[in-house]
Amino acid sequence: MNSMLERLSKEFRVTDIIERHPGLTTLTVDKDVAETLLRELRDREGYTHLNFMTAIDYIERGHFTLVYMLHNYATKSSLSVHVNIDRVNAEMTSIHTLWAQAWTYQRELHELWGIDFPGSPRVEEDFCLEGWDEIPPMRREFDTVEYCERTFTNREGRGTVNPREHMAEIIFPNRGGDK
Amino acid sequence: MIKSLSTDATLANAGLSAEEQDLFSNARPTAYEPYSIKAVEDFANWCRANSLWILAFGTGCGAIELRPLMTARFDANRFGVAGRPTPRQSSVFIIGGYSSVKTLKRIVRSYEQMQGPKFVIALGICPVNGGMYWDSYNTIKRLDQYIPVDLYITGCMPRPEVLVAGALELKKMIKEGRCDGANRYVENFDWYKANQKKVIKKWDMPDYNW
Repeated sequence: MNSMLERLSKEFRVTDIIERHPGLTTLTVDKDVAETLLRELRDREGYTHLNFMTAIDYIERGHFTLVYMLHNYATKSSLSVHVNIDRVNAEMTSIHTLWAQAWTYQRELHELWGIDFPGSPRVEEDFCLEGWDEIPPMRREFDTVEYCERTFTNREGRGTVNPREHMAEIIFPNRGGDK
Repeated sequence: MIKSLSTDATLANAGLSAEEQDLFSNARPTAYEPYSIKAVEDFANWCRANSLWILAFGTGCGAIELRPLMTARFDANRFGVAGRPTPRQSSVFIIGGYSSVKTLKRIVRSYEQMQGPKFVIALGICPVNGGMYWDSYNTIKRLDQYIPVDLYITGCMPRPEVLVAGALELKKMIKEGRCDGANRYVENFDWYKANQKKVIKKWDMPDYNW
Protein backbone atom coordinates (compact mmCIF):
# COMPACT_ATOMS: atom_id res chain seq x y z
CA MET A 1 0.00 0.00 0.00
CA ASN A 2 2.67 2.49 0.97
CA SER A 3 4.89 1.55 -1.95
CA MET A 4 1.96 1.97 -4.28
CA LEU A 5 1.20 5.36 -2.84
CA GLU A 6 4.84 6.43 -3.11
CA ARG A 7 4.97 5.39 -6.73
CA LEU A 8 1.70 7.13 -7.50
CA SER A 9 2.72 10.32 -5.77
CA LYS A 10 5.77 10.52 -8.01
CA GLU A 11 4.05 9.60 -11.27
CA PHE A 12 0.81 11.54 -10.85
CA ARG A 13 1.80 14.37 -8.50
CA VAL A 14 -0.52 13.09 -5.80
CA THR A 15 -0.62 15.18 -2.64
CA ASP A 16 -2.23 15.09 0.83
CA ILE A 17 -2.15 11.34 1.39
CA ILE A 18 -3.94 10.90 4.72
CA GLU A 19 -4.93 7.59 6.28
CA ARG A 20 -8.25 8.46 7.90
CA HIS A 21 -8.62 5.09 9.55
CA PRO A 22 -7.35 1.59 8.72
CA GLY A 23 -8.98 0.79 5.43
CA LEU A 24 -9.64 4.35 4.21
CA THR A 25 -7.03 6.62 2.69
CA THR A 26 -7.64 9.91 0.95
CA LEU A 27 -5.44 11.63 -1.58
CA THR A 28 -5.67 14.67 -3.78
CA VAL A 29 -4.72 14.81 -7.43
CA ASP A 30 -4.80 17.42 -10.16
CA LYS A 31 -7.74 17.58 -12.48
CA ASP A 32 -5.83 16.90 -15.70
CA VAL A 33 -4.35 13.58 -14.55
CA ALA A 34 -7.28 12.42 -12.42
CA GLU A 35 -8.84 10.20 -15.05
CA THR A 36 -5.52 8.54 -15.80
CA LEU A 37 -4.94 7.93 -12.12
CA LEU A 38 -8.38 6.37 -11.73
CA ARG A 39 -7.73 4.15 -14.72
CA GLU A 40 -4.39 3.06 -13.26
CA LEU A 41 -5.98 2.34 -9.89
CA ARG A 42 -8.75 0.34 -11.48
CA ASP A 43 -6.66 -1.67 -13.92
CA ARG A 44 -3.33 -2.21 -12.17
CA GLU A 45 -3.87 -1.70 -8.46
CA GLY A 46 -7.10 -3.60 -7.94
CA TYR A 47 -9.42 -0.72 -6.99
CA THR A 48 -12.12 -2.05 -9.24
CA HIS A 49 -15.23 -0.82 -7.46
CA LEU A 50 -16.46 2.75 -7.61
CA ASN A 51 -18.54 3.19 -4.45
CA PHE A 52 -19.81 6.66 -5.20
CA MET A 53 -18.89 10.03 -6.60
CA THR A 54 -19.84 13.28 -4.91
CA ALA A 55 -18.75 16.90 -4.49
CA ILE A 56 -17.88 19.09 -1.52
CA ASP A 57 -18.46 22.81 -1.92
CA TYR A 58 -15.54 24.67 -0.35
CA ILE A 59 -17.00 28.12 -0.90
CA GLU A 60 -14.37 29.76 1.33
CA ARG A 61 -11.52 28.33 -0.73
CA GLY A 62 -13.30 28.92 -4.03
CA HIS A 63 -13.38 25.40 -5.40
CA PHE A 64 -15.42 22.21 -5.51
CA THR A 65 -13.76 19.00 -4.41
CA LEU A 66 -14.94 15.97 -6.32
CA VAL A 67 -14.63 12.78 -4.28
CA TYR A 68 -14.28 9.42 -5.99
CA MET A 69 -14.51 6.56 -3.50
CA LEU A 70 -12.83 3.41 -4.79
CA HIS A 71 -12.69 0.03 -3.12
CA ASN A 72 -10.27 -2.83 -3.47
CA TYR A 73 -11.88 -6.19 -2.80
CA ALA A 74 -8.56 -8.04 -2.58
CA THR A 75 -7.05 -5.91 0.19
CA LYS A 76 -10.46 -4.73 1.49
CA SER A 77 -9.36 -1.12 1.58
CA SER A 78 -10.93 2.05 0.28
CA LEU A 79 -9.22 4.89 -1.45
CA SER A 80 -10.80 8.28 -1.84
CA VAL A 81 -9.51 10.39 -4.71
CA HIS A 82 -10.12 14.13 -4.32
CA VAL A 83 -10.01 16.44 -7.32
CA ASN A 84 -10.33 20.20 -6.94
CA ILE A 85 -12.22 21.98 -9.69
CA ASP A 86 -13.13 25.59 -10.20
CA ARG A 87 -16.48 26.76 -8.80
CA VAL A 88 -17.36 29.23 -11.48
CA ASN A 89 -16.82 27.12 -14.59
CA ALA A 90 -17.19 23.71 -13.02
CA GLU A 91 -16.21 21.01 -15.46
CA MET A 92 -14.57 17.61 -15.22
CA THR A 93 -13.85 14.77 -17.60
CA SER A 94 -16.47 12.11 -17.47
CA ILE A 95 -15.51 8.69 -16.13
CA HIS A 96 -18.51 6.82 -17.45
CA THR A 97 -16.12 4.94 -19.73
CA LEU A 98 -14.31 3.56 -16.66
CA TRP A 99 -17.36 2.68 -14.57
CA ALA A 100 -20.74 2.68 -16.25
CA GLN A 101 -22.62 3.61 -13.08
CA ALA A 102 -20.82 6.94 -12.93
CA TRP A 103 -23.35 8.43 -15.36
CA THR A 104 -25.99 8.56 -12.63
CA TYR A 105 -23.71 10.33 -10.18
CA GLN A 106 -22.65 12.73 -12.89
CA ARG A 107 -26.28 13.53 -13.70
CA GLU A 108 -26.86 14.34 -10.04
CA LEU A 109 -23.72 16.48 -9.82
CA HIS A 110 -24.71 18.36 -12.93
CA GLU A 111 -28.19 19.12 -11.68
CA LEU A 112 -27.50 19.86 -8.05
CA TRP A 113 -24.03 21.45 -8.20
CA GLY A 114 -23.80 22.63 -11.79
CA ILE A 115 -20.70 20.60 -12.65
CA ASP A 116 -20.50 19.74 -16.34
CA PHE A 117 -19.30 16.35 -17.60
CA PRO A 118 -19.02 16.63 -21.35
CA GLY A 119 -19.95 13.38 -23.04
CA SER A 120 -21.72 11.78 -20.11
CA PRO A 121 -25.01 10.17 -21.17
CA ARG A 122 -28.18 12.20 -20.52
CA VAL A 123 -26.35 14.67 -18.32
CA GLU A 124 -28.40 17.63 -19.56
CA GLU A 125 -31.76 15.98 -18.77
CA ASP A 126 -33.75 16.70 -15.64
CA PHE A 127 -32.87 14.30 -12.87
CA CYS A 128 -34.72 15.13 -9.64
CA LEU A 129 -35.78 18.70 -10.27
CA GLU A 130 -38.13 19.48 -13.11
CA GLY A 131 -38.30 23.01 -14.40
CA TRP A 132 -35.71 24.31 -11.94
CA ASP A 133 -34.81 27.90 -12.77
CA GLU A 134 -32.61 28.92 -9.85
CA ILE A 135 -28.92 28.22 -9.26
CA PRO A 136 -28.03 24.58 -8.57
CA PRO A 137 -29.41 24.07 -5.06
CA MET A 138 -26.53 22.22 -3.44
CA ARG A 139 -24.23 25.21 -3.93
CA ARG A 140 -23.75 26.92 -0.63
CA GLU A 141 -24.75 30.34 -1.89
CA PHE A 142 -28.26 29.00 -2.48
CA ASP A 143 -30.41 29.93 0.50
CA THR A 144 -32.88 27.12 0.83
CA VAL A 145 -34.86 28.69 3.68
CA GLU A 146 -35.36 31.88 1.73
CA TYR A 147 -36.47 29.95 -1.36
CA CYS A 148 -38.83 27.92 0.80
CA GLU A 149 -40.45 31.00 2.29
CA ARG A 150 -40.85 32.47 -1.17
CA THR A 151 -42.42 29.44 -2.79
CA PHE A 152 -44.33 27.60 -0.09
CA THR A 153 -46.61 28.99 2.59
CA ASN A 154 -46.68 27.94 6.20
CA ARG A 155 -49.72 26.63 7.94
CA GLU A 156 -51.05 29.08 10.49
CA GLY A 157 -50.44 28.26 14.08
CA ARG A 158 -47.00 26.76 13.60
CA GLY A 159 -44.65 27.82 16.35
CA THR A 160 -41.23 26.83 17.54
CA VAL A 161 -40.23 25.93 21.06
CA ASN A 162 -36.74 25.85 22.45
CA PRO A 163 -36.62 22.41 24.09
CA ARG A 164 -34.20 23.44 26.81
CA GLU A 165 -36.32 26.41 27.91
CA HIS A 166 -39.52 24.42 27.60
CA MET A 167 -38.16 21.68 29.85
CA ALA A 168 -36.74 24.09 32.40
CA GLU A 169 -39.84 26.22 32.69
CA ILE A 170 -42.79 23.99 32.04
CA ILE A 171 -41.99 20.31 32.41
CA PHE A 172 -39.47 20.44 35.25
CA PRO A 173 -39.93 23.86 36.87
CA ASN A 174 -38.62 22.83 40.29
CA ARG A 175 -35.45 21.21 39.09
CA GLY A 176 -33.41 24.37 38.88
CA GLY A 177 -32.38 23.90 35.24
CA ASP A 178 -28.73 23.86 34.33
CA LYS A 179 -27.48 26.96 36.04
CA MET B 1 -64.87 9.32 -25.34
CA ILE B 2 -66.84 11.89 -23.44
CA LYS B 3 -68.18 14.26 -26.04
CA SER B 4 -71.21 15.52 -24.18
CA LEU B 5 -69.30 17.85 -21.88
CA SER B 6 -69.23 21.46 -22.92
CA THR B 7 -65.97 22.80 -24.22
CA ASP B 8 -64.29 25.44 -22.18
CA ALA B 9 -62.09 27.86 -24.07
CA THR B 10 -60.07 28.69 -20.98
CA LEU B 11 -58.41 25.27 -20.88
CA ALA B 12 -55.00 25.05 -22.50
CA ASN B 13 -56.01 22.44 -25.06
CA ALA B 14 -58.86 24.48 -26.43
CA GLY B 15 -57.59 25.18 -29.94
CA LEU B 16 -56.59 21.65 -30.92
CA SER B 17 -57.89 19.67 -33.86
CA ALA B 18 -60.76 17.23 -33.45
CA GLU B 19 -58.52 14.13 -33.26
CA GLU B 20 -56.24 15.73 -30.69
CA GLN B 21 -59.07 17.04 -28.56
CA ASP B 22 -60.19 13.50 -27.88
CA LEU B 23 -56.87 12.79 -26.24
CA PHE B 24 -57.31 15.50 -23.62
CA SER B 25 -60.05 16.52 -21.30
CA ASN B 26 -61.93 19.31 -22.97
CA ALA B 27 -63.99 20.31 -19.97
CA ARG B 28 -63.64 21.26 -16.38
CA PRO B 29 -64.38 18.65 -13.71
CA THR B 30 -67.97 18.30 -12.65
CA ALA B 31 -69.24 17.74 -9.15
CA TYR B 32 -71.21 14.62 -8.37
CA GLU B 33 -74.62 15.04 -6.82
CA PRO B 34 -75.64 12.96 -3.84
CA TYR B 35 -78.69 10.78 -4.28
CA SER B 36 -81.95 12.59 -3.65
CA ILE B 37 -83.44 9.87 -1.42
CA LYS B 38 -81.56 9.94 1.87
CA ALA B 39 -81.85 6.22 2.45
CA VAL B 40 -80.20 5.51 -0.88
CA GLU B 41 -77.45 8.00 -0.17
CA ASP B 42 -76.87 6.43 3.26
CA PHE B 43 -76.68 3.01 1.66
CA ALA B 44 -74.27 4.31 -0.94
CA ASN B 45 -72.10 5.85 1.76
CA TRP B 46 -72.16 2.57 3.66
CA CYS B 47 -70.96 0.78 0.53
CA ARG B 48 -68.21 3.33 -0.10
CA ALA B 49 -67.07 3.18 3.52
CA ASN B 50 -66.79 -0.60 3.56
CA SER B 51 -64.91 -0.82 0.27
CA LEU B 52 -61.94 1.47 0.58
CA TRP B 53 -59.81 0.48 -2.34
CA ILE B 54 -56.58 2.41 -2.08
CA LEU B 55 -54.34 3.39 -4.95
CA ALA B 56 -51.13 1.38 -4.69
CA PHE B 57 -48.86 4.33 -5.31
CA GLY B 58 -46.40 4.75 -2.45
CA THR B 59 -45.65 8.43 -2.79
CA GLY B 60 -43.25 8.79 0.10
CA CYS B 61 -41.98 7.22 3.27
CA GLY B 62 -45.50 6.44 4.49
CA ALA B 63 -45.58 3.55 2.07
CA ILE B 64 -43.27 1.60 4.38
CA GLU B 65 -46.02 1.54 7.00
CA LEU B 66 -48.60 0.35 4.48
CA ARG B 67 -46.68 -2.86 3.89
CA PRO B 68 -47.09 -4.31 7.40
CA LEU B 69 -50.64 -2.99 7.36
CA MET B 70 -51.52 -5.40 4.57
CA THR B 71 -49.98 -8.43 6.27
CA ALA B 72 -51.50 -10.80 8.79
CA ARG B 73 -50.62 -8.95 11.97
CA PHE B 74 -52.61 -5.79 11.28
CA ASP B 75 -54.71 -6.96 8.32
CA ALA B 76 -56.33 -3.96 6.71
CA ASN B 77 -58.29 -6.19 4.35
CA ARG B 78 -60.85 -6.95 7.07
CA PHE B 79 -61.82 -3.28 6.89
CA GLY B 80 -62.30 -3.44 3.16
CA VAL B 81 -58.97 -1.86 2.33
CA ALA B 82 -57.38 -3.39 -0.75
CA GLY B 83 -54.65 -2.05 -2.99
CA ARG B 84 -55.52 -1.36 -6.61
CA PRO B 85 -53.01 -0.73 -9.39
CA THR B 86 -54.72 2.12 -11.24
CA PRO B 87 -56.49 5.30 -10.18
CA ARG B 88 -59.50 4.20 -12.20
CA GLN B 89 -60.28 1.41 -9.76
CA SER B 90 -59.47 3.08 -6.46
CA SER B 91 -61.33 5.50 -4.25
CA VAL B 92 -58.76 6.35 -1.57
CA PHE B 93 -55.42 7.97 -2.27
CA ILE B 94 -53.02 7.64 0.64
CA ILE B 95 -50.31 10.29 0.43
CA GLY B 96 -47.55 8.73 2.50
CA GLY B 97 -45.38 11.45 3.90
CA TYR B 98 -43.48 14.19 2.12
CA SER B 99 -44.25 15.17 -1.46
CA SER B 100 -41.47 16.46 -3.60
CA VAL B 101 -42.47 18.73 -6.46
CA LYS B 102 -41.72 15.94 -8.93
CA THR B 103 -44.02 13.55 -7.07
CA LEU B 104 -46.68 16.23 -6.63
CA LYS B 105 -47.14 16.44 -10.39
CA ARG B 106 -47.80 12.69 -10.50
CA ILE B 107 -50.04 12.90 -7.43
CA VAL B 108 -52.17 15.57 -9.10
CA ARG B 109 -52.39 13.54 -12.28
CA SER B 110 -53.35 10.36 -10.42
CA TYR B 111 -55.84 12.15 -8.21
CA GLU B 112 -57.59 13.71 -11.17
CA GLN B 113 -57.82 10.34 -12.88
CA MET B 114 -59.66 8.78 -9.96
CA GLN B 115 -63.41 8.56 -10.36
CA GLY B 116 -66.47 9.42 -8.37
CA PRO B 117 -66.37 10.01 -4.67
CA LYS B 118 -62.69 9.93 -3.85
CA PHE B 119 -60.95 10.47 -0.55
CA VAL B 120 -57.43 11.49 0.39
CA ILE B 121 -55.64 10.42 3.55
CA ALA B 122 -52.43 12.28 4.36
CA LEU B 123 -49.97 10.33 6.48
CA GLY B 124 -47.37 11.96 8.60
CA ILE B 125 -46.57 15.50 9.62
CA CYS B 126 -45.06 16.53 6.29
CA PRO B 127 -48.37 17.12 4.47
CA VAL B 128 -49.53 19.17 7.45
CA ASN B 129 -46.77 21.75 7.81
CA GLY B 130 -43.69 20.46 6.06
CA GLY B 131 -42.47 18.24 8.87
CA MET B 132 -38.77 17.65 8.99
CA TYR B 133 -38.42 18.90 5.41
CA TRP B 134 -39.76 22.34 6.33
CA ASP B 135 -36.73 24.07 4.88
CA SER B 136 -36.31 21.93 1.78
CA TYR B 137 -36.43 23.55 -1.63
CA ASN B 138 -38.04 20.51 -3.17
CA THR B 139 -40.86 19.43 -0.83
CA ILE B 140 -44.21 21.10 -0.37
CA LYS B 141 -45.38 22.22 3.01
CA ARG B 142 -49.16 22.08 2.91
CA LEU B 143 -50.70 19.32 0.85
CA ASP B 144 -54.22 20.71 1.02
CA GLN B 145 -53.22 23.67 -1.10
CA TYR B 146 -52.73 21.31 -4.03
CA ILE B 147 -55.33 18.56 -3.56
CA PRO B 148 -58.19 18.38 -1.05
CA VAL B 149 -57.41 16.23 1.98
CA ASP B 150 -60.10 14.45 3.98
CA LEU B 151 -58.13 12.98 6.85
CA TYR B 152 -54.72 13.70 8.34
CA ILE B 153 -52.89 11.06 10.35
CA THR B 154 -49.96 12.69 12.06
CA GLY B 155 -46.75 11.04 13.12
CA CYS B 156 -43.39 10.36 11.56
CA MET B 157 -44.38 7.71 10.39
CA PRO B 158 -47.63 6.67 12.08
CA ARG B 159 -47.60 3.04 13.13
CA PRO B 160 -49.95 0.53 11.47
CA GLU B 161 -52.29 0.59 14.47
CA VAL B 162 -52.72 4.31 13.92
CA LEU B 163 -53.41 3.71 10.26
CA VAL B 164 -56.12 1.22 11.21
CA ALA B 165 -57.62 3.81 13.54
CA GLY B 166 -57.44 6.32 10.70
CA ALA B 167 -59.22 3.93 8.34
CA LEU B 168 -61.99 3.49 10.90
CA GLU B 169 -62.24 7.26 11.32
CA LEU B 170 -62.49 7.67 7.55
CA LYS B 171 -65.25 5.07 7.44
CA LYS B 172 -67.15 6.99 10.09
CA MET B 173 -66.71 10.23 8.18
CA ILE B 174 -67.89 8.69 4.92
CA LYS B 175 -70.97 7.20 6.54
CA GLU B 176 -71.83 10.62 7.95
CA GLY B 177 -71.42 12.11 4.50
CA ARG B 178 -68.65 14.52 5.52
CA CYS B 179 -66.07 13.48 2.89
CA ASP B 180 -66.67 15.80 -0.02
CA GLY B 181 -63.08 16.28 -1.17
CA ALA B 182 -63.93 15.63 -4.80
CA ASN B 183 -66.63 18.28 -4.84
CA ARG B 184 -64.38 20.73 -3.01
CA TYR B 185 -61.81 20.20 -5.74
CA VAL B 186 -64.37 21.04 -8.39
CA GLU B 187 -65.65 24.11 -6.61
CA ASN B 188 -62.17 25.55 -5.97
CA PHE B 189 -60.62 24.18 -9.16
CA ASP B 190 -59.02 27.46 -10.19
CA TRP B 191 -57.45 28.01 -6.78
CA TYR B 192 -56.01 24.49 -6.66
CA LYS B 193 -54.76 24.76 -10.22
CA ALA B 194 -53.06 28.10 -9.54
CA ASN B 195 -51.32 26.67 -6.47
CA GLN B 196 -50.20 23.62 -8.41
CA LYS B 197 -48.84 25.62 -11.29
CA LYS B 198 -46.94 27.89 -8.92
CA VAL B 199 -44.73 25.03 -7.76
CA ILE B 200 -44.92 22.63 -10.70
CA LYS B 201 -43.03 24.75 -13.15
CA LYS B 202 -42.65 22.20 -15.93
CA TRP B 203 -46.34 21.74 -16.73
CA ASP B 204 -46.41 19.47 -19.74
CA MET B 205 -49.79 17.82 -19.19
CA PRO B 206 -53.41 18.90 -19.66
CA ASP B 207 -54.93 21.20 -17.11
CA TYR B 208 -57.36 18.54 -16.01
CA ASN B 209 -56.29 14.90 -16.35
CA TRP B 210 -59.52 12.93 -16.36
